[in-house]
Amino acid sequence: MSPIPTALRLVPAVAVAALTLLPAGYVLTGVLADGDTARLLWRPRVGELLTNTVLLVVLGTAACVTVGTLAAWAVERTTLRGRPLWTALMVAPLAVPAFVNSFGWYSLSPSFAGLGAAVLVTTLSYYPLVYLPVAAMLRGLDPALEEQSRILGNTTWPTFGRIVLPQLRPAMSGGALLVALHLLAEFGALQALRFDTFTTAIYDQYQSTFNGAAATALAGVLVLLCLLVLGCELGLTGRARLARVGSGAARRALPHRLGHTAPVAYGGLVLLAAGALGVPLGCIAFWLLTSTSTAFPADELLRTVSTSIVLALLGAAVTTTLALPVAWLSIRRPGRVSRLVERSTYLGNSLPGIVVALALITIAVRYLPSLYQSTAMLLTAYAVLFMPRAMVSLRAALRQTPPEFDDVARSLGVRPVAVLLRVTLPLIARGVGAGSALVFLAVITELTSTLLLAPIGTRTLATQFWSSSTSINYGQAAPYALLMILVSAPAAYLLTRRSRMAES
Amino acid sequence: MRTTRHTLLALAVTTAIGLTACGADDTPASSAAPSTAALVLYNAQHEEVGQAWADAFTAKTGIKVEVRNGSDFELANQIIAEGAASPADVFITENSPAMALVSSKDLFAPVDAATKAQVPAEYSSSKGDWVGVAARSTVFVYNSTQVTDAQLPQSIMDLAKPEWKGRFGISPSGADFQAIVSAVYAVQGDAAAAAWLQGVKDNAKIYRGNSTIMKAANAGEVPGGVIYHYYWYGDQADGGAGSSNTKLKFFGNKDAGAFLSVSGGGVLKSSKHPAEAQRFLAYMSGPEGQKLLADSDALEYSVGTGVAANPKLKPLAELDIPPVDLNTLNGPKVIEEMQRVGLL
Repeated sequence: MSPIPTALRLVPAVAVAALTLLPAGYVLTGVLADGDTARLLWRPRVGELLTNTVLLVVLGTAACVTVGTLAAWAVERTTLRGRPLWTALMVAPLAVPAFVNSFGWYSLSPSFAGLGAAVLVTTLSYYPLVYLPVAAMLRGLDPALEEQSRILGNTTWPTFGRIVLPQLRPAMSGGALLVALHLLAEFGALQALRFDTFTTAIYDQYQSTFNGAAATALAGVLVLLCLLVLGCELGLTGRARLARVGSGAARRALPHRLGHTAPVAYGGLVLLAAGALGVPLGCIAFWLLTSTSTAFPADELLRTVSTSIVLALLGAAVTTTLALPVAWLSIRRPGRVSRLVERSTYLGNSLPGIVVALALITIAVRYLPSLYQSTAMLLTAYAVLFMPRAMVSLRAALRQTPPEFDDVARSLGVRPVAVLLRVTLPLIARGVGAGSALVFLAVITELTSTLLLAPIGTRTLATQFWSSSTSINYGQAAPYALLMILVSAPAAYLLTRRSRMAES
Repeated sequence: MRTTRHTLLALAVTTAIGLTACGADDTPASSAAPSTAALVLYNAQHEEVGQAWADAFTAKTGIKVEVRNGSDFELANQIIAEGAASPADVFITENSPAMALVSSKDLFAPVDAATKAQVPAEYSSSKGDWVGVAARSTVFVYNSTQVTDAQLPQSIMDLAKPEWKGRFGISPSGADFQAIVSAVYAVQGDAAAAAWLQGVKDNAKIYRGNSTIMKAANAGEVPGGVIYHYYWYGDQADGGAGSSNTKLKFFGNKDAGAFLSVSGGGVLKSSKHPAEAQRFLAYMSGPEGQKLLADSDALEYSVGTGVAANPKLKPLAELDIPPVDLNTLNGPKVIEEMQRVGLL
């Protein structure tokens, strides 16, 4: 394995990385062009924003990792009854847009605000991003190591801490990275919670007449924070080999007996489901029932649903395809170059949608006017925004696949392209499916880029929900929120199926 | 066996996606294909308002109008990023600062004289490059069980006094409240306004969005708040779940708090159909377009001469608004002042 990848393999990966770096480049040019950056950044308000953003990212990510890992362990590795139901319930919050969840909680009480509220709502919305990879990994673990540990005298918790947790590290840190990036760029969910971060402040600056420069300066700080997060994740992942080496198939692990802790496990999971699903669904039901503007215009709803689904399918296909060469390079040809290429694809996700959209507008209008406001342009924006969702899933799948299979196929005379199609892809099909489903879910709720970059006249569930809820017709908005959840449900279900296939 | 199955599955998925891809590319392309003179409206007004104007104009003239929806700041920044290549012909907003932003980059064409004559000068750009098409009034929303009529502030300036500490909400991050602050600077002068702003920073509870403030007042979380009128009327018309415990106070008396925020409309310099675009703007700000607005359930004020506002609203003539130059609203000074006291 050479540390320097061959040019042919490097080119597509570098091209993808360059594409996802466009928004960060746009921010950098803006900062360099404006001489006033120091004054705009050296203010007490920026210190306040920095504290808030860092607190939210650290606490939110820690909460998601804790909740996601514990829930995954309880569902996958204990004698809990009704496992399929719990699996579905634990993943289902992915189908509920974070801003709908936030509206739901907020309407319980207007005093629901501040850091605590922000951490609670974002944790309930994003813990499945940790739950999913951890649950998948728990199913794939060979129980032999744990059994050895037990034989050597360790009880349940030391075994969990010394043997299971280290093996879960890549899954936990991959999930944590996704959560942290989402929190950096989160706007919709924080809007009503009176908690300001860099991203909310950037939106505020764009609303002020003369303040493009201040917005770019703040976005510059956001890019730096993202680099910091990426660095931390690199340190946490570790480089241990995770693919099995032994011959034969791994047995299924024996479930841990819950015993007297059963009520705690059931109670915790019920609370989690109630908070993440019950509250937002209850809120939608309330709007549907109390509002006089509630209407179900069948034609309009049908057209909007199909546009949303087609865009989300295309977005998922494009994003996952683009992520593949980068993920492959970073796992199969590790080294400084491939790591740099892989890391750079995460930057777009940490920037607010408005910054990404304005960057693409500026570039497209100048250099690709024929593509401007075309479907292709919108799909490019989705790829830039959601690449990490596909990347994390693909990388996890590649890491669990022994590279020897590829080598064996090559030694049997199969050409590299055929190896990819006949060996590698089928082996990582689960990761491809999971990544695509995650991107699909993100596209369904994407708002800013869709508004600015879609072909004129395009209406998606998210744009219609936004349009109705800004003119405060909550009854009119509710059907769109409900449809977003229904359309997302199959993708969320697919994610649970994907992880169950590992058992068979 | 497993491998074959997976490959087949992958193939099937790819084909299905490919097929939908073709289907998808057809739909937006056909709707985006410019016919002889299809106008493009960048609509930051409420979607129903912009769409209603576009549909009625097409019915009357046969000129097609395609609508892109977004918020004031999104679309204004988009137009600036697009520059001379903007596909937009006409731009309408919720508040005038977004118009002033585009105007400051010299991207609007002058408005036809006949169109300007349809709207009173105080509701239009002093540069003559956009006109008012609708308006919303500043109001004080209050919980009627917590605040008696006698306790109400008589001027928006009263909110800086100690008795209002922690007792009202504002949404300083929104363009709405920023426009109100600029009105205070315009009406009261710099010194008085700066002292007031500091008082407001010390006294106010910070919310994001007008409807959030209204619901908080309704729930008794805060006794009152500064918002625009139509949030309240809109909620009342929609069942009143967020406003049934509240009432509105209009400041009047040419008080800065009686500020009327104007929604503007303008024709882009880069428009490829300037004649049709001017005609569309004339229609929206003219008697027919204004009547359409007044009769709709948008509950915004019509501003065209000779068209009465929606009868559910307090008449425009009774609002007794302060005189303000709309093109200077929300200027760099106000933003710097709000940054200085720490509201932004």
